[in-house]
Amino acid sequence: MIDFSMWLDLPLIWGLLIATAVFLYVVLDGFDLGVGILFPFAPSNNCRSKMMNSIAPFWDGNETWLVLGGGGLFAAFPVAYAIIMPALYLPIIFMLMGLIFRGVAFEFRFKASKEKRWIWDAAFHFGSLLAAVMQGIILGNFIQGFEVTGRGYTGGPLDWANGFALLTGVALVFGYALLGATWLIYKTDDITQKWARLAAKYNVILVAFFMAVVSIATPFVDERIYKLWFTLPNFYYLLPIPLMAVSLFSIVVRDLNNPKREARPFLCSLGLFLLGYIGFGIGMYPWIVPFEFTIWDAAAVSTSQSILLIGTALFLPLILAYTAFCFWTFRGKSTHEAMY
Amino acid sequence: MFEMINLDPVLLARIQFAFTVSFHIIFPAFTIGLASWLAVVEGLWLKTGKNVYQEIYRMWIKVFAVAFGMGVVSGVVMSYQFGTNWSVFSDKVGNVIGPLLGYEVLTAFFLEASFLGIMLFGWGRVSKRMHFVATLIVAVGTLISAFWILAANSWMQTPQGFEIRSEGLLYPTNWMEIIFNPSFPYRFFHMLTAAYLTTAFCVGGVGAYFFLKKKFKEHAKVMMAMAMLMAFFVAPLQMLIGHAHGENTLHHQPIKVAAMEGNWEEGANIPLLLFALPNEETESNDYELKVPGLASWVLTGDVNGVVPGLKNVPADERPPVAIVFWSFRIMVGLGVLMILTGFMAAFLHWRKTLFTNILFHRWCLVMAPSGFIALLAGWFVTEVGRQPYTAYGVIKTAESISPVIAEQVAISLAAFVIVYSVIFGAGVYYMFKVFRKGPSLIGNDEKGYYDHSMEKSVAREVTKD
Ligand code: HDD
Ligand code: HEM
Ligand code: HEM
Repeated sequence: MIDFSMWLDLPLIWGLLIATAVFLYVVLDGFDLGVGILFPFAPSNNCRSKMMNSIAPFWDGNETWLVLGGGGLFAAFPVAYAIIMPALYLPIIFMLMGLIFRGVAFEFRFKASKEKRWIWDAAFHFGSLLAAVMQGIILGNFIQGFEVTGRGYTGGPLDWANGFALLTGVALVFGYALLGATWLIYKTDDITQKWARLAAKYNVILVAFFMAVVSIATPFVDERIYKLWFTLPNFYYLLPIPLMAVSLFSIVVRDLNNPKREARPFLCSLGLFLLGYIGFGIGMYPWIVPFEFTIWDAAAVSTSQSILLIGTALFLPLILAYTAFCFWTFRGKSTHEAMY
Repeated sequence: MFEMINLDPVLLARIQFAFTVSFHIIFPAFTIGLASWLAVVEGLWLKTGKNVYQEIYRMWIKVFAVAFGMGVVSGVVMSYQFGTNWSVFSDKVGNVIGPLLGYEVLTAFFLEASFLGIMLFGWGRVSKRMHFVATLIVAVGTLISAFWILAANSWMQTPQGFEIRSEGLLYPTNWMEIIFNPSFPYRFFHMLTAAYLTTAFCVGGVGAYFFLKKKFKEHAKVMMAMAMLMAFFVAPLQMLIGHAHGENTLHHQPIKVAAMEGNWEEGANIPLLLFALPNEETESNDYELKVPGLASWVLTGDVNGVVPGLKNVPADERPPVAIVFWSFRIMVGLGVLMILTGFMAAFLHWRKTLFTNILFHRWCLVMAPSGFIALLAGWFVTEVGRQPYTAYGVIKTAESISPVIAEQVAISLAAFVIVYSVIFGAGVYYMFKVFRKGPSLIGNDEKGYYDHSMEKSVAREVTKD
């Protein structure tokens, strides 16, 4: 049996890998879902077709990071998977429902007759919205931790429905909308782009507001997070995160008024997500089931983590390479014509 | 409101799992078959340059896109359902099957999902050859995906290569034994041929429909010929693989075979039941119609061979007999009809009337959904037949369940039934729409391929927003 536990801190590596998969999911599917959230507000039907075409070749690959996040958690930290999934039963089921409607809308929309198209436009929008809200709620609950006895969840069925989680739910919707809008600035032109710039302006203000509110609220959710941020040497080490966020915000705001800047608003929005995620990661480390199981307590046996690590080391670079190839193949502005 | 009804969380979770996975498997089976077939069709087009192949490809890729989309969304549901509904199972066996599912994501799902984009939308953006490569990669991806998921499922049927330590957790001891467990090779090949047959009968059915409607004859000929070639060679092969599969199951899961045969008492010279109503109360069958000694002969090669009986184990160790018994008969019955169809086609081909015999075309139309039915029936045999265990002999279904209250499962189950019915209805409707419209003819315009190239869409600048 192959076992790297002598040389490597496997649980730490797997914790980082899963965190990476989740981050890639959040930003990649984030811009898809954001496009869905903004969908009905677009100025014309041709705009909407353009928006759809700008993500149609990518959404499936993007969503696969979610499968990797879930599957990776199952493989590397089975007990965490076995606690978190039942604890968040309904939000997860609702998220999946949202993703179902969003996913089939791509195929169905182009095959529907003109009069029926609104059905799938609605499915696309509300599916994206539902998935985004539920993902935010999942995030909010993760920060607050779960009620656990032994190796199982023992909290109630509706524990997830609380104010803080609702706050993160709404915040994520605007976050995704910002990613979606800046993606559209990059991938479209003409009036679609003009409109996307406007949408990005509204959303960047809302995102700044919610990021501030969530950042201020989070340390008060759990004492440990409070201590981490507000004891003295730490405070200085962590200060660069909010400072960098502020400068990224100002770049985005300026670029939105500059027609020459088409890609930078999107890249800066990605940067904002990254900073938020790093802040979140530092707060959560080293918990995988917050405040009950650390990554070391919850780790699968080292032989299981080792065998999958081999596969990951071999295939992850390959996956990144062909994902890049796909994005490159579909470079340039998107059109509104049916694509096949 | 719910307090008045006594809901059983295990039963609800089982119904939910069975419903969602049955829904899911319909689409992967179709996409496994279609992807391979489309690769062949595109290959033929590149080789011969005949437009008829391109037109067939471009018609079926629309069907493929719909099926793939539904396969993906229902598959994502499956991968989360292990945790939401079977969390104790996930905790206990995570060490063993977690990595198998992880490998499936890494080696197959990303590959399929990424190259699907090029396959669907890459016309004109990549060269013809690159497009063909993308189709091939998607086809191979579906096969890799089937490999891993069937390894996981087969391990649950015939577990080995692990040991049980503290708190009832399973620890892997040998990966090769886990992946290549005893039922895996049979299940893998049986499932692949099932997927190919399912697709072939669908394609043949659509070909027959075109013949009957007297349109697109050239396309109908290609589809019918390719489908019947598959039926002629692969349907008999499927019976042989299935037979070997059954012999293997006799060895590892004798009670499942007893349920398939509807046999209560272990004994020699056991008849094959053509019809019967298994009765779990009286532990016998009502209204038997049988062929003496045939079950013994099929399973052991000897009319006096011994076949296990359901009474060998206590009643609470037996699977629900009637479901297994009847599902098995439906699958095998359809298998036999498929073989006959293949032979009929060969006969008509010899008489040179394969493309003109209206009666046969009507028959093919009837057989079009047969693969899906046989496939689901087969899975019901396998999955229901292994009850009351999730991992055979290791963990019982009732012990696998999440600490989720029944009301929640009732809500999610109701939501799945509604949502899947809507999605399924719409998906099938759009597929039929594609069939009714038929292929779009390109004519002799070699440039058809470059229809959606970037240059062209730029040239069409007139149609702005
Ligand atoms: C990797 C695992 C896996 C795979 C590939 C499948 N199943 Fe399964 N199936 C299970 C893992 C499982 C399970 C988790 O082990 C269940 C849940 C409850 C149970 O007893 O077994 C189960 C139950 C289950 C039941 C309910 C049996 C009963 O409760 O009496 C049915 C009808 C099916 N499945 C049908 C299918 C179909 C149509 C499949 C085709 C894709 C399929 N299963 C693939
Ligand atoms: C309980 C069992 C199963 C689980 C958890 C599962 C999981 C999944 C997931 C998550 C996806 C979507 C991947 C993506 O995002 O692209 C998927 C698709 C797929 N699955 Fe399954 N699956 C199961 C059963 C099966 C079986 C039995 C087979 C085949 C024999 C199969 C073959 C496929 C294939 C080929 C695809 C990709 C094509 C498509 O979606 O149509 N799956 N599955
Ligand atoms: C013609 C004769 C056939 C025989 C003798 C046969 C035999 C079997 C047996 C014994 C099993 C149960 C395996 C177990 O122990 O779990 C099985 C399962 C199955 N069969 Fe068949 N089969 C036949 C035809 C077909 C056809 C035509 C299809 C579909 C097109 C099909 C699809 C399946 C599937 C999907 C399963 C479940 C997966 C598996 O366990 O392999 N079979 N078959």
